[in-house]
Amino acid sequence: MSNMNIDRRSFLKLTALGLVALAAKPALDLISKPSAASALNGPAPGGRLVMVVNLNACTSPDGCIDCIAACHRVHNVPDIGNRKEDIRWLWDVSYDQAFPDQEDRFVAEPLHDRRVLVLCNHCDNPPCVKVCPTQATWRRDDGIVMMDYHRCIGCRYCMAACPYGSRSFNWRDPRPYIKTVDNSYPTRTKGVVEKCNFCQERLAEGLQPACVEACSNGALTFGYLKPGTEVYKLISSQFNLRRKDELGTRPQVYYLP
Amino acid sequence: MYDKGKIIGGLAIFLCLASFPVWYMAASGKADYRPNPVLPASENQCVESAQYMREYHMQLMQQWRDQSVRQGDSVYISSDNRTFDINLTGTCLKCHSSKTDFCDRCHNYTGTAPNCWDCHNVPPLNAPPQGTQ
Repeated sequence: MSNMNIDRRSFLKLTALGLVALAAKPALDLISKPSAASALNGPAPGGRLVMVVNLNACTSPDGCIDCIAACHRVHNVPDIGNRKEDIRWLWDVSYDQAFPDQEDRFVAEPLHDRRVLVLCNHCDNPPCVKVCPTQATWRRDDGIVMMDYHRCIGCRYCMAACPYGSRSFNWRDPRPYIKTVDNSYPTRTKGVVEKCNFCQERLAEGLQPACVEACSNGALTFGYLKPGTEVYKLISSQFNLRRKDELGTRPQVYYLP
Repeated sequence: MYDKGKIIGGLAIFLCLASFPVWYMAASGKADYRPNPVLPASENQCVESAQYMREYHMQLMQQWRDQSVRQGDSVYISSDNRTFDINLTGTCLKCHSSKTDFCDRCHNYTGTAPNCWDCHNVPPLNAPPQGTQ
């Protein structure tokens, strides 16, 4: 390093080269990113994911279980056939079970016969996440409360913490109770807790959740909660309910009565 | 030294018994047994080099698991810049179609019992694996 002098011409050349390199980096990154990488990878593109259930459009009182069947089929949810050990991602309950705090003779009268579709509320303030000792469950930036079955040790604190009963425990190996195993999604194993994942594996492929796709009545709407989206229009334009909102969990499944 | 014969004899018997597994295996011709996992005929290059996969496939799979589940990013870019969908059933088993003839050979030999398959599906042979996880 005897001569650190640099003449004007080479300085300009080097500067220009550096600028080109700086500009090329993002462009190269764009090209080299495979198209399979979806918008859902990494930070959310805006807002958070919510589900809107239109109770009037839902025909579950007439025995329709299209959404439940679709959900449980694509996620290999077993049918144990024993209420104490049931595994449920999406199911229906009576109005007073879904909204115990809204149970009022007159307000709720037209809704009394309604079956209410219930699932994990993917809370903004999820109590299950707080209590999990292994961080097997956590909240993603897009609001999905995820489960990492690899980390779950089956302590069931999350089940105790969840005020919605959205989580189920595998008391036994679920595989013998799955009618047809869909190889595209793993099953679970004995000793882990499972629940609805807002179909994150389908979202990553650009698909809608299985329940939304399966509903032929348009009772389910799903999307990012930000101005302009369909879910935003629905819940900002009319009265809606959330389950046990007063507990401070900030649930993100909205019900239009 | 008292009882020299007994001590040396006892030691000899002990050594014979202690080394029994070694010379028994050598004598029965099983000492040079190799598990010989069956490699896919259709492909000649795995995600990374064969040597790397042999030594570090477990770390790589844990990296895949964390990247895919925790970070929600299911695209793996190999050291030679090829991209793969992070998917045990769909990507690994697409080439290594027989778990019995590939995974199990070495795992049984080394007495390893990974619990991947408690949840991840092993599609029946002949049925091409598909899907996302």
